[in-house]
Amino acid sequence: MKRISILLSVIVLMFGILAGCSSSASERSGDADSNSETIDLTWYYPVNVGGAITEVIDQYAKDFNHAGIKVNGKKVSVTPVYSGNYDETMTKVQTAIKNGKSPDLSVQLSVDLFQIKNSIIPLDDFIKNDSEAQEMVDDFFPGFMKNAQTDGKTWSIPFQRSTVILYYNKDMFKEAGLDPEAPPTTWEEVIEYGKKLTKKGQWGIELPATVSGYWIYQALYLQNSESNMMSDDGKEVYLNTDEAKEALQYWVDLNNKHKIMPEGVLDWSTVPTDFIEGKTAMMLSTTGNLTNVKNNANFDFGVAFLPGNKRVATPTGGGNFYIFKDTSEERQQAAFEFIKWITEPTRAAEWSMNTGYIATRQSSYETEALKEYVGAFPQAKVAMEQIEFANKEISVYEQGKIQKIIHDALQAAINGADVNETLDKAQAEAEATLKAYQ
Amino acid sequence: MRRSNIVKENLTAWVFLLPSLIFLVMFTLYPILSTFISSFYKSDLSTIEPIFIGFDNYTIMMKDEVFRKAFINNVWFTIGTVPTSVCLGLLLAILVNRTFVGKALSRVFFFYPVVIPMVAVSFIWLFFYTPDYGMINSILKLIGFEELNLLGNSDTALLSIIMMVIWKEAGFFMIFYLAALQNIPKDLIEAARMDGASKWRQFRSVIFPLLMPTTLFSTIIATTNAFKTVDQLVVMTQGGPNNASNLLLYYIYENTFRFMDYGRAATVTVIVLMIMVSIAAIQFFTTDKKIHYS
Repeated sequence: MKRISILLSVIVLMFGILAGCSSSASERSGDADSNSETIDLTWYYPVNVGGAITEVIDQYAKDFNHAGIKVNGKKVSVTPVYSGNYDETMTKVQTAIKNGKSPDLSVQLSVDLFQIKNSIIPLDDFIKNDSEAQEMVDDFFPGFMKNAQTDGKTWSIPFQRSTVILYYNKDMFKEAGLDPEAPPTTWEEVIEYGKKLTKKGQWGIELPATVSGYWIYQALYLQNSESNMMSDDGKEVYLNTDEAKEALQYWVDLNNKHKIMPEGVLDWSTVPTDFIEGKTAMMLSTTGNLTNVKNNANFDFGVAFLPGNKRVATPTGGGNFYIFKDTSEERQQAAFEFIKWITEPTRAAEWSMNTGYIATRQSSYETEALKEYVGAFPQAKVAMEQIEFANKEISVYEQGKIQKIIHDALQAAINGADVNETLDKAQAEAEATLKAYQ
Repeated sequence: MRRSNIVKENLTAWVFLLPSLIFLVMFTLYPILSTFISSFYKSDLSTIEPIFIGFDNYTIMMKDEVFRKAFINNVWFTIGTVPTSVCLGLLLAILVNRTFVGKALSRVFFFYPVVIPMVAVSFIWLFFYTPDYGMINSILKLIGFEELNLLGNSDTALLSIIMMVIWKEAGFFMIFYLAALQNIPKDLIEAARMDGASKWRQFRSVIFPLLMPTTLFSTIIATTNAFKTVDQLVVMTQGGPNNASNLLLYYIYENTFRFMDYGRAATVTVIVLMIMVSIAAIQFFTTDKKIHYS
């Protein structure tokens, strides 16, 4: 008898645990029924730069919840959910949507648009009926809105944005007899300066070819071509044009022909370290590395516009706000109010100083705090000024597969494959991948 | 009375098995079944509702260059890591099984790579392999070699990762061999010595056969590891350059989370599962006969 009762209690315990699992999963703050007095939003956000970013975000949430913003007479509050890096955020959002527990809003890559277009809503209705919102949209740097718009609609709001810039070591420039205030502005100058800067244990320039290497390659592509590498509707790519081939050949030649860059594929995360360690005089990297380089380089460094060829150009990068479809209209409106609040010029300025991202609003650069910051650290301004020359980052249906195709081609060419054949093959693969959308 | 006793006994057995059974079904059997089913569907970004396509995913995979490359890489990776790390583990175990000054310390040194998480190890080795100031290159330069970008070169990327994994895993197998060595009865070795067996003969005819259960265990673990640990790829090469270091599990990860092509991811998963089951079966049935369980 005693044994049976023990067994029974084990079973009860088991089911208790199982039941506990399921009930805690279904109790989600976002599911609060619409009759209650508050709307609590769930916000998924990634962290892709160093520093105590989650604390900053939590503080924002606290401030917002105290601000007492109301929609339909109900108080709006927000719960930020840290969701890893951009890839992991995408995974979590997809999983949540599949299970019918979509978050209210998220920060994801601006180029993820086509991948999640079925799950999000266009924001035009909110903007149209709201003069404040219209003002906000007009105040964003136009370069940052490019990836947010397609089909004549606006699908996302810029939050943490970046571009590619040139970093250079001023001490090495001086040592090589170059003017430290005159970084290279053309492809030819990169080669010319690079040759002067290359010596034993020191390279002229480094371009990373993993992780976001496709993005660096797109910068070269844009500099060499008047048009972008994909169509605006995200259904076509142009990987094997003559301009594309020249751009890739230029990259490959930096090592093969001119010997100013190390051989082989250079890793995304070791390139900034190489620069900080004084192993390379120049590098192309994201503006997101500015704070990292500033804190760790023990030499005088400069940042500059990317050297151009046919034109000066860079793709934009970084993350935007998206609002999801599977919630009520009221919650969507509340989410939009939160976005308006957090992208206010002073907050955008503060976010920029905390993270190294470019402040997304033009008027942020009029605020006292950011003026002072830029005054003491003029490098931060270069990235902002370069937005004028910014183009859409590659953003297509099947973003992941296309990125991989570009990476594989880039890495194959760096490892000695023929540039023409490699890009022709990449184009064929990309067309096959995108066939379903034509 | 007797019948009800049997029923009661059976019931008791089932009740005891129930907790593990529930978890086995929930976390192993059900996922396998649903993966198997998904592999017959086209389920990617372009299809809103999954479409049944029979064996199409499998034929696509057979033609897929990246899959083939990852498959061949995985074969090389297994050949490169399994025998080496197991043998090295045995060697290290024999080495530290003797009494000498600093025995405990050297055991710690050989074992510590096991304790560090793979992700941390990968970050450390990423910088070991960095051209110019990386440790490996500094040594190569000292002995007069050219500077090499080991991870950035298609010819050396996989090999570099294999080396790191051997370093990481050998200590793990050392511990098992060490325990096994210490369990070998001293009188057996003594008897062999009395019969005039040389050191090598003692090892070959007495020690090694008695270590067979450990060897089987280690090779199975090492083989499954060769298919299931890909943390290092996420950190070090992302399968590159141009898939030179891509492995099957990483390709599954790419298909699922980067391409969101769930159908193909399920297909590769099923293929990997079948490979694993057949390897385990072969190992079990062929080596089982040669094993002396003491």
